[in-house]
Amino acid sequence: MTAFSDLQTAAVLFSLMIAPLAAAGLALINAGLGRSRNAAHAMMTSLTAIAVASCAYFVLGHSFYGAAGEPARVAMIRRQTWDWLGAMPPFFIGLPAAGSPAFLTALMGTESVALAALIPLGSGAERWRLSSICASTAVLAGITFPVFAHWSWAGGWLAKLGFVDTGGAASIHAVGGLTGLAVVWLLGPRRGKYSSDGMPMAMPGHSVVFVLFGCMLALAGWIGLNAAGAILFAGVPLGQLALVGVNTLLGAASAALVAAVVTKVRFGRPDASLTANGWVGGLVAVSAGCAFLPPAAAVLTGLLAGGLVTFSVELLELRLEVDDPAGSISAHAVAAIWGLIATGILGRFPAGNDVMLAQVVGVATLLGFVLPVAWGLNALLDRFLPMRVSREGERQGMDLFELGAGAYPDFVTHTDDFMPR
Amino acid sequence: MKTAGLLLLLSGWLLVLAALAMLNGGVARNAFVAAGVLVELLGLVLTARAHLSAHLNIRSERG
Repeated sequence: MTAFSDLQTAAVLFSLMIAPLAAAGLALINAGLGRSRNAAHAMMTSLTAIAVASCAYFVLGHSFYGAAGEPARVAMIRRQTWDWLGAMPPFFIGLPAAGSPAFLTALMGTESVALAALIPLGSGAERWRLSSICASTAVLAGITFPVFAHWSWAGGWLAKLGFVDTGGAASIHAVGGLTGLAVVWLLGPRRGKYSSDGMPMAMPGHSVVFVLFGCMLALAGWIGLNAAGAILFAGVPLGQLALVGVNTLLGAASAALVAAVVTKVRFGRPDASLTANGWVGGLVAVSAGCAFLPPAAAVLTGLLAGGLVTFSVELLELRLEVDDPAGSISAHAVAAIWGLIATGILGRFPAGNDVMLAQVVGVATLLGFVLPVAWGLNALLDRFLPMRVSREGERQGMDLFELGAGAYPDFVTHTDDFMPR
Repeated sequence: MKTAGLLLLLSGWLLVLAALAMLNGGVARNAFVAAGVLVELLGLVLTARAHLSAHLNIRSERG
């Protein structure tokens, strides 16, 4: 990869400086959609997951991830080269810092893996132990994410096939969402979620304000992440970055509106948590082709993502007994898969590129490689470090049981202020 | 049953990879890729059903 100009470097750096807002947004969404007795635990696990993911990626992940044009493990099959795995030294050794796309890619990789690590936390919320979360995050950041991200972002075999994943719909969100599905399959539902005849009980989140504010923060972060991805992985000129921002906003807006309308029509009132899931689903879906979609196509992608996420949340909870408190599987994995296919259908690419085939192969790789590997690795970890908290821990709430203090210690005593003395 | 479903997912992906490696474009390659994706969908359905039936068993044990 050729060196970047100072202006390109500054643009990527600025984008990556606002990208962590996406992680802050997701952490707030996860905390807000859980019950108050697990709120501190949700924020603590988010912070810990970011820390563990960054360190695991620094130690091992980046050497597997590599970068386009850097050393990689290659296989020859029928005279075709298949780039399977990065072969960079660990600990970021040998990365030139000044104006180097490789170093910027390493920063993007670190932020991306931190964001991906937050997604399964929403799925396993309220019953997943902190120590097990750390181990699972290390595996995600050290193995699952870097391997797939090398294939799609760092000049791997999928990228050579023409796979388009500009903002990380596949590498970040589908990988995170499918890991979340594997985690839910291993953990099982929260106690009391399903009655003896299989009917799900409502367990509403404790703060819709957190959730909706998280959505707004996530938008800023997403624009940064998509812009950085567009420069680093799609070679988009700086003048075209406005399109990336417009598409990101339009995708989220249209998806949220559809989710609000669908819930209003079906339940009589717009549902705030499903609207938030729709917003995130729109952001995720449009990430795949944000640099290649005309704005009208981004709106269409968002519209369908919003509808899809709403129905997917219901299908998973009602029919498949997948207890996903934050709706992460629908908002990240399902929306990402739709976004990848939509990019193949609606994206504008130079003639002769069989992008649709590459997108289908990418989705097949997510389902056929990432999901079984995530399940297998987490099942293995579960044998040595049990994932699920005890019955007593779940009853007390994760805040008291694992952290020793609740998120809102004033909740009960505060009511005394209103009592007549 | 869950393991069988996950193995089907993996098999479908290997079918897709084999199609890309062995066939040089055209209808045959696309057909094999589609077949691989269908096998994956079967695996996904099987895994989801395994999860569901495991929960039915747990509920019936609890009475």
